Amino acid sequence: MTNIFRGFGAVFYKEVLHVRRDAATLFFSLVIPLLQMIVLGFAIDTNIRQVNTVVYNADGRRESRELLDRLKNSDTFHIMRYVQDDNALNDAIISGRARVGVKIPVDYSDRLLHHMSAQVLVLIDGSDSSVAGQAINVTTAIGLDESLRRVLQDRLAAFPVDMRPKILFNPDSRSPNFFLPGLTAVLLLNVTTFLTAFSIVREKERGTLEQLFVTPVRPMGLLFGKLLPYLGIGFFELSMILAFMRFVFLVPIHGSVPLLALFSLPYLFVSLSIGILVSSKANTQSEAMQLSFLTFLPSIFFSGYIFPRETMPWIFYALSNFIPATYFINITRGIILRGAGIRHLWFDALALFAMGAVLIIIAARRFHNKVIMA
Amino acid sequence: MASAQQSPVEPAISAEHLVRRFGNFTAVNDVSFRVEKGEIFGFLGPNGSGKTTVIKLLTGLLPLSGGSAQVEGLDVRADSEGVRERIGYMSQNFSLYYDLTVEENLKFYGRIYSIDPARLKRRMEEIIQLNGLGLYLHRLAAQLSGGWKQRLALGCAMLHEPKLLFLDEPTAGVDPVARRQLWDLLFELSGHGITFFVTTHYMDEAERCSHVAYIYFGKIIADGNPDSLRQLPDVQPQGTKRVEITAPEITRALRLARHIPGIRSATIFGQSIHALVDESFDLDGLRDRLLKNSIAVTEIRPLAPSLEDVFVELTYKHQALLEAASD
Repeated sequence: MTNIFRGFGAVFYKEVLHVRRDAATLFFSLVIPLLQMIVLGFAIDTNIRQVNTVVYNADGRRESRELLDRLKNSDTFHIMRYVQDDNALNDAIISGRARVGVKIPVDYSDRLLHHMSAQVLVLIDGSDSSVAGQAINVTTAIGLDESLRRVLQDRLAAFPVDMRPKILFNPDSRSPNFFLPGLTAVLLLNVTTFLTAFSIVREKERGTLEQLFVTPVRPMGLLFGKLLPYLGIGFFELSMILAFMRFVFLVPIHGSVPLLALFSLPYLFVSLSIGILVSSKANTQSEAMQLSFLTFLPSIFFSGYIFPRETMPWIFYALSNFIPATYFINITRGIILRGAGIRHLWFDALALFAMGAVLIIIAARRFHNKVIMA
Repeated sequence: MASAQQSPVEPAISAEHLVRRFGNFTAVNDVSFRVEKGEIFGFLGPNGSGKTTVIKLLTGLLPLSGGSAQVEGLDVRADSEGVRERIGYMSQNFSLYYDLTVEENLKFYGRIYSIDPARLKRRMEEIIQLNGLGLYLHRLAAQLSGGWKQRLALGCAMLHEPKLLFLDEPTAGVDPVARRQLWDLLFELSGHGITFFVTTHYMDEAERCSHVAYIYFGKIIADGNPDSLRQLPDVQPQGTKRVEITAPEITRALRLARHIPGIRSATIFGQSIHALVDESFDLDGLRDRLLKNSIAVTEIRPLAPSLEDVFVELTYKHQALLEAASD
């Protein structure tokens, strides 16, 4: 007799009406993600190229010019200016006009010609660690290469060890290929969490939620009636993002899209549950907005979306194990870029299903205790 | 509970020693009352005195900390879902979906109460007729004026033909015409045997109720029909009478009157002063005294206490008791 989902149909239908009436919210929740994709897909290139470089060449002879040509040809450095003293070199870096300063001493060619060790000073602005790291790697490599060439010059032998790195899956190191699969996870989380939290908090503000509680609607009927329309929007958004990624940003999808859809189900339940948890705390839409942002931060910073998890201090690495986006990002990158299947991703999927199940139970209980019995 | 069953007719509501605590704060403190079927029960009290909490307890929105309540014959603790099937509730902010039309709002509540389509169709026609909503069916609820919102909310609350309706400040923010029309509707429905539990701040509305109770700091300090409350000894103490004094310069007259021995309390009411005076108080003496201060009294006449007088007196009395207890 007692149907614990009583009222589901009525609430579901009403929620669909809300979504249809509120074109503005729907528009923004679908268009803002596209804008974010455009920004990350077109505007941001994480490959470090053409770093502004200033040079003080005190030597000026052929050997020194050869060295500078090699720096230029690496594509990492863009020699923007030549200066004539140490102060000017320093100033260029301090003022931020240049990130790298190269000083070739006056006796550079002489020492090389006499088979002595010649030193080249490379000043690097450490304020951007990835630029600094790239500058160190490339200058060191050029120095090593140049040295080896000079040492081996007389004997005409091949290098004994020849490393041949080959990058799999994203051979051209395209930034969209790296960013967009991760962005998919973040966007799905944002939109579904927001929409769910807003739809509940709006009813709190309006007083309609209280009204519903004096009707025979059961909490589970209410909850799922409100969630499922947003689950649908989540899936629609996923398809939209994938289509955009594939056809506008030309990111190849190597794996199975249906598998990705299947694995996004628990992830969407996670986001919906977070939305409910937010709404159980927030009483106004602006509170809901702020709280939602708070829940997004760990997913953005600790999930491996921007910063690799491997380089995090152990405590944040441990923390990242509890962030659903960590697993979903591994799934999206795995399926889209590496063509991974269930065999490779079962653990991430299992983790997401477990988290989704636990969160939806916690959310339902909190919804019952904090929202209904408030 | 035994007392509830002694009555030949089962009451619509029987509340026995209701208690609700929030932490250390007791919002509802040993509240008992009965509402008979077909009554318009006015539940009054200042803001924060526990009115809405009592409604939430009776509708099963909040669990009881103590006591028991029967609503439409069902125990609120044991069968809150059954209670919710049988009651209607209209909250003070007319909880409507503003982005849904009038018709959609009604249909939504129809589905919520699982009314079958044929009956829903009939009920919607009845409600639309009764509330005069016909012209606005396809208008968004947000675009209705206060009075129409209230009618729609009432319609939504009574779609499933409840025998008992809780109306929490139904006329707050509604124009006087709509207020009058709502009360006419309530009387009509009450004639058909529907019971109303109405909270209000308006004393004229309280006067229209067949039964009123006044809650103050979580306790009921008056309970009865308006006429019996007027006769309460606390309101009309032995050896006193009430008079209405009409005079110009009413505020100055009040200041003077408050210093005249024999006047126990006085307050301005419109263009006149309502005063509680000793039985033996010399009304002509008062007239002379005010005239000496160049205030010409136009009329002095005996007065029955209004419900407002009743509640004011009872509140003072209760405040004094509370203060004495806390000293």
